Amino acid sequence: MEYEIVIGLEVHSELATKSKIYCSCTTEFGGAPNTHCCPICTGMPGVLPVLNKNVVEYAVKAGLATNCTIAGYSKQDRKNYFYPDLPKAYQTSQYDLPLCKEGHIDINVDGKSKRIGITRIHIEEDAGKLIHDEWETGTLVDYNRCGVPLIEIVSEPDMRSAEEARAFLESLKAILEYTEVSDCKMQEGSLRADVNLSVRPKGQKEFGTRTEMKNLNSFRAIIRAIEAESQRQIEEIESGGTIVQETRRWDDTKGMSYTMRSKEEAHDYRYFPEPDLVPIVLEEEWVQKVKESLPELPEARKNRYISQYALPEYDAAIITSSKVLADFFEAAVSESSNSKAVSNWIMGDLMRILKDKDMEVQDIPFPGQYLAAMIDMIDKGSISGTIAKKVFEKMFQTGKDPESIVKEEGLQVVSDEGALVSVVRKVLEANPQSVSDYRSGKEKAMGFLVGQAMKETKGKANPQIINKILRDELK
Amino acid sequence: MELYQLTAHELGRLIKDRKASAVEITGSLLDRIEKLDSSLESYITVCKEESLKRAQSVQDKIDRDGPVSPLAGIPMALKDNICTMGIKTTCASKMLENFVPPYDATVVKKLYNSDAILLGKLNMDEFAMGGSTENSFFKQTKNPWDLERVPGGSSGGAAASVAAHESIFSLGSDTGGSIRQPASFCGTVGLKPTYGAVSRFGLVAFASSLDQIGPLTKDITDCALVLNAICGYDSMDSTSVKTDYPDYTKALVNDVKGMKIGIPRDYLGEGLNPDVKRAVLDAAETFRRLGAEVEEFPLPITEYAIPAYYLIACAEASSNLARYDGIKYGYRAEKFTDLLDLYRQTRSEGFGNEVKRRIMLGTYALSSGYYDAYYKKALQVKTLIKKGFDEAFEKYDMVIGPTSPTTAFKIGEKAENPLEMYLVDIYTVSVNIAGLPGLVVPCGKDANGLPIGLQMIGKPFSESTLLRAGYTFEQNTEFHKNKAEI
Repeated sequence: MEYEIVIGLEVHSELATKSKIYCSCTTEFGGAPNTHCCPICTGMPGVLPVLNKNVVEYAVKAGLATNCTIAGYSKQDRKNYFYPDLPKAYQTSQYDLPLCKEGHIDINVDGKSKRIGITRIHIEEDAGKLIHDEWETGTLVDYNRCGVPLIEIVSEPDMRSAEEARAFLESLKAILEYTEVSDCKMQEGSLRADVNLSVRPKGQKEFGTRTEMKNLNSFRAIIRAIEAESQRQIEEIESGGTIVQETRRWDDTKGMSYTMRSKEEAHDYRYFPEPDLVPIVLEEEWVQKVKESLPELPEARKNRYISQYALPEYDAAIITSSKVLADFFEAAVSESSNSKAVSNWIMGDLMRILKDKDMEVQDIPFPGQYLAAMIDMIDKGSISGTIAKKVFEKMFQTGKDPESIVKEEGLQVVSDEGALVSVVRKVLEANPQSVSDYRSGKEKAMGFLVGQAMKETKGKANPQIINKILRDELK
Repeated sequence: MELYQLTAHELGRLIKDRKASAVEITGSLLDRIEKLDSSLESYITVCKEESLKRAQSVQDKIDRDGPVSPLAGIPMALKDNICTMGIKTTCASKMLENFVPPYDATVVKKLYNSDAILLGKLNMDEFAMGGSTENSFFKQTKNPWDLERVPGGSSGGAAASVAAHESIFSLGSDTGGSIRQPASFCGTVGLKPTYGAVSRFGLVAFASSLDQIGPLTKDITDCALVLNAICGYDSMDSTSVKTDYPDYTKALVNDVKGMKIGIPRDYLGEGLNPDVKRAVLDAAETFRRLGAEVEEFPLPITEYAIPAYYLIACAEASSNLARYDGIKYGYRAEKFTDLLDLYRQTRSEGFGNEVKRRIMLGTYALSSGYYDAYYKKALQVKTLIKKGFDEAFEKYDMVIGPTSPTTAFKIGEKAENPLEMYLVDIYTVSVNIAGLPGLVVPCGKDANGLPIGLQMIGKPFSESTLLRAGYTFEQNTEFHKNKAEI
């Protein structure tokens, strides 16, 4: 039988505010354990929370950028449960009146556009982190993350494949980056996703029983988990079994998921309105102002790149998938008329180097203007394409501008005829066979000799000049 | 007359006239505590050295600049659920026996800024849950009028210390009557301010939507002075209200002519001790005699106030007290097998019976499947109670009635019957549910010579009206001059 996979995602994203949601502690990642916390974020007896206004603004930005309706009146609720990383024993979140609801994102898979619904976006606080094994005496708690502001974005069960889920996450990530709502650093946990998944025979209207998978910390893990879980469910059904509604934990190293808790063991969070905080009341005028402050979003930017810079759709999509990369591109084309070359360098060498060095786009140590300057040098003939590749590598190593690298490394093209004549003569002496081949009419030999001369000069010679001297010498 | 017997405003005069120093006054109170508190047991912690040191530095400041604040050099004490930096804040619980806050509550900062002297921390029912101070883990505070009786609660230590001259004034907290009822039992003045008028930052939470800090004092003038010092908007408390807070001493005017006063008929019904009823009606007569218009009126759904109150308060408490789980704060059981067992043992050993009872009630009320029937219903009752008072305040400037159905009862008398103990809160809880100010002044004695307190309730932020009425009552009666002989 053919099955259809039904996927809904719950994405947690850390907001890029400087301070925490209910106190003035820094949200900076890392730091020695328990140095980024205070009585308020650690729930000391007697303290009270005060909502950080920026958290509301950032969440509203995310809502507007994903076409949500913004609630004029919403409130915060306590989600009660015991766990050592939660010092108050409740997480302040939003239950029945979230800040944003009923939005959507358009994704593109295999050239086809599809609309994925956003059920809701709400604000909440992060918990601390348990540190096991490092001390023999047992487990310790690091409260630095307590009170770091998060938004939870809940999608409708509109995705039908791992590819669609990936496309949704990539679009969402780009939107959050563009609006500067989150830096979306997955390795720092700024973006995490839980996957709700069920399968059903193709054509069936009702949804199958779903499972929820947690602990997915990379796109790769999410894709693999979706593939493994849909396979598991199909096999279970095929072998006559039934799917149990449960929460499962993904183990990425083993490529398998395990039951965490069944529906019966599910927590009763005893949500109730947080009495220490007042309702969030937003005026339409303010929401409108936030809307007007939104930057150009990924989809609009992609279309502009296609029309303004004549980029192929594929290249435009890749470059605009990351705000940092798109900003890099814009910085480069602002100083270069050769946008085609800028795009080619980004799609080619830049992507390759990032992959080889296992770097993120934000780790590029030089501005886009440097790439423009390098392309300009190629176009003017002051360096060759081959040398440019070396210069580009050096730019990644040192962060220096191409002019300085060319100067320091002595890579500038040698166009001085006098200096090159001796090189050419040396090459001719060493390759008598090619000389006679050329003289007997084999034009191909010329190419070989030019190559040898370039090699002799380590690529620094101006190939046109070499060509000219060779022809003169061989007359 | 000893220094400790005086009021804050009387002492303020002596300090200003250089007739007494902050150090002498503080010393007088410390001696009194040392002599008396082994039998009265109103203090959990006495800060002897710190208070003398502070008194000296305040006196130096007074010598240099004069007394800038009316509370400069006045010794006071705080209920032990108000956080004091570097001084144990136990909530009278084994759970927080050794909790030393690294910060001061906003009210503490304000009192320090007013140069008041902190004598120590006062006994209470554990986590402010109770009406007799019998639920303290540490000790049983007695009523200064009769050592075999309770001082009321939960701010029992706060009321007893003022009534027995172990402090000039104190701060308590009131979630369902915890300032007003002990004030009534001990014959002091007690004020529960409007919800949001005094910052809760640093008050260890019992029920966040109901808790409010307020003063217990020897007379109305002191009440106004202390309220002036502690009220006001606080950016650290989201529920604190931004409004113009008047100078409450301006309300100390001997005149109630034309004031419209209502007495809820439902507050004079079954279960009210006849002595208390007589005293309240006499007080009404006094107001009438002084030119006020007084009449009875029906205040509906009074009978639902107690169940609604216990549902809301316990629900919030079950969440507020969840942090005492043996991980970060307070007591941790010595023996446990795993995480769940650690929670279980810690909370079984660390909390007293009444606290456990309320946590269980609250957890139940919030559980899925019961939320709508209990918690949500209670919130609906809350709306109706508010509405009832709103309507009353369209007609009346103030509502008066009894504070508690009885005077102070014997220690142990109700300890075995929690439900009976809950019913004692009948006249006080509505005021918290509706977020209103409630002022208690002494208005008589029962057949046993025990004090009776009159409760005066106003609309939000009408403390000035209550203080004016209280002041007028005080100026025209002798009740506040009656002191416990101890």
